[in-house]
Amino acid sequence: MITDFIGEVQIYGPGFMLAAWTVFWLTILTIVVSWVCGLLAALGHRSKVKAVRMLAAFYIWFVRGTPTLIQVFIIYFGLPQFGIRLSPFTAGVLSLGINSGAYVAEIIRGGLTAIPRGQTESSLALGFSPAETMRSIILPQVFRIILPSITNEAISTLKNTSLLSTITVVELTLYAQTLIAATFRPFEFYIAVAVIYLVLTTFLTQLAAWLERRYALQS
Amino acid sequence: MPEHILALRDIHKSFGETQVLKGISLNVTAGEVVSIIGASGSGKSTFLRSINGLEMPQSGFLDFEGLSFDYHPESRFFPTATQLQALRKKVGMVFQSYNLWPHMTVLQNVIHAPIKLLKLPRAQAIEEAEALLSRIGLYEKRHSYPARLSGGQQQRVAIARALAMKPSLMLFDEVTSALDPELVHEVLVLMASLAREGMTMLVVTHEIAFARDVSSRVLFFDKGVIAEDGPPEILRNPQSDRLRQFLHRILHDEVAGVGAGYGGTQQ
Repeated sequence: MITDFIGEVQIYGPGFMLAAWTVFWLTILTIVVSWVCGLLAALGHRSKVKAVRMLAAFYIWFVRGTPTLIQVFIIYFGLPQFGIRLSPFTAGVLSLGINSGAYVAEIIRGGLTAIPRGQTESSLALGFSPAETMRSIILPQVFRIILPSITNEAISTLKNTSLLSTITVVELTLYAQTLIAATFRPFEFYIAVAVIYLVLTTFLTQLAAWLERRYALQS
Repeated sequence: MPEHILALRDIHKSFGETQVLKGISLNVTAGEVVSIIGASGSGKSTFLRSINGLEMPQSGFLDFEGLSFDYHPESRFFPTATQLQALRKKVGMVFQSYNLWPHMTVLQNVIHAPIKLLKLPRAQAIEEAEALLSRIGLYEKRHSYPARLSGGQQQRVAIARALAMKPSLMLFDEVTSALDPELVHEVLVLMASLAREGMTMLVVTHEIAFARDVSSRVLFFDKGVIAEDGPPEILRNPQSDRLRQFLHRILHDEVAGVGAGYGGTQQ
């Protein structure tokens, strides 16, 4: 029994490690894209230019109101009609990043409203530009406030990478499915996938908890 | 002829339908300590905030150390973002609610602007900041976060943060109004010592004792205009009924002796 298990791990383990590595990078890159999109949308939402505000609002409204899977399909299957052909990995990072960015935007928006107006004013009064004020005074405080919510969003992103099995990214789910097709043992392999996801999400949670302790606002 | 460090002419400001500043003109000479008193809603805070453009006037003129602004929106002397920043670097401001940055230590709060805006080398900025913090008696707290400090200590740090930019004019916007009564004194003492050293100051305040004992000039704001402008003696001999009524209301509440003696007047 035990030797069977060890034998199986030796056979399938390296493949799972490779797939987990793919999930890891998918998640990291998706988080980067989502933070960029989220920050732009959150700041766009308070822009003086009405068109920018409307664009930001439309983005958030569209993404939150449509299924993630459809957004993935639009990017991967839809864009080639306009000559934009992306690799499954790139399309996956882009679509999940754009998707998560809308939620990150809402989180950042909430964080921004939590910072008293006086924080901005004291910085402007010293002669800082609005942009520098945002960068070195406001956003560092927002980051500390939103860290717990942003962690939740990162964990969602991590789990959402399983959707990318549908566009042939060889991540954990698709790898397991190919093994199941050959062995007809869905229970073991899906459990294996679940356990690997658990390890990854736990790691992410611990990392966030560490960041939270490190950057906690003193009070 | 004394040299005017700040000249404002015909400053107008409205919020929607409400006219808050109805054409304020004011010349300030270097070294003057001007207390601005008046009922809430009289426009005194808005006026102070219009000096460094935290509130943009709708019209009027400003002259300050080589900067000349015309606030009429179509004027070619309407301040650009860069000019506004240049003004603000030379005009320190302290707020009612301190507004220290909670994610930075006391020292970081003080050195942030000199390093980024005056391009001081870090070591020099720290040296100057530590000298300022020693002066206000908070050197030991330099590595503390603002939340660990009392209101009075936070406000003194906020003053040090503004002074670190070596401003030639300081604006104080009701800086003791949010403080517990027993913490007001330490802040006023610091302001009085700045005044004695010749710092040019505009002080919006409810502390009549400070206006009387420390400032060299008192402005009484009423309904968006300067209703009285004179030496601190006008607090003893008000020329207008409005100031008389205002002082009566304020002093009625003031317990005898409170706030007396923040160190004599200058001049």
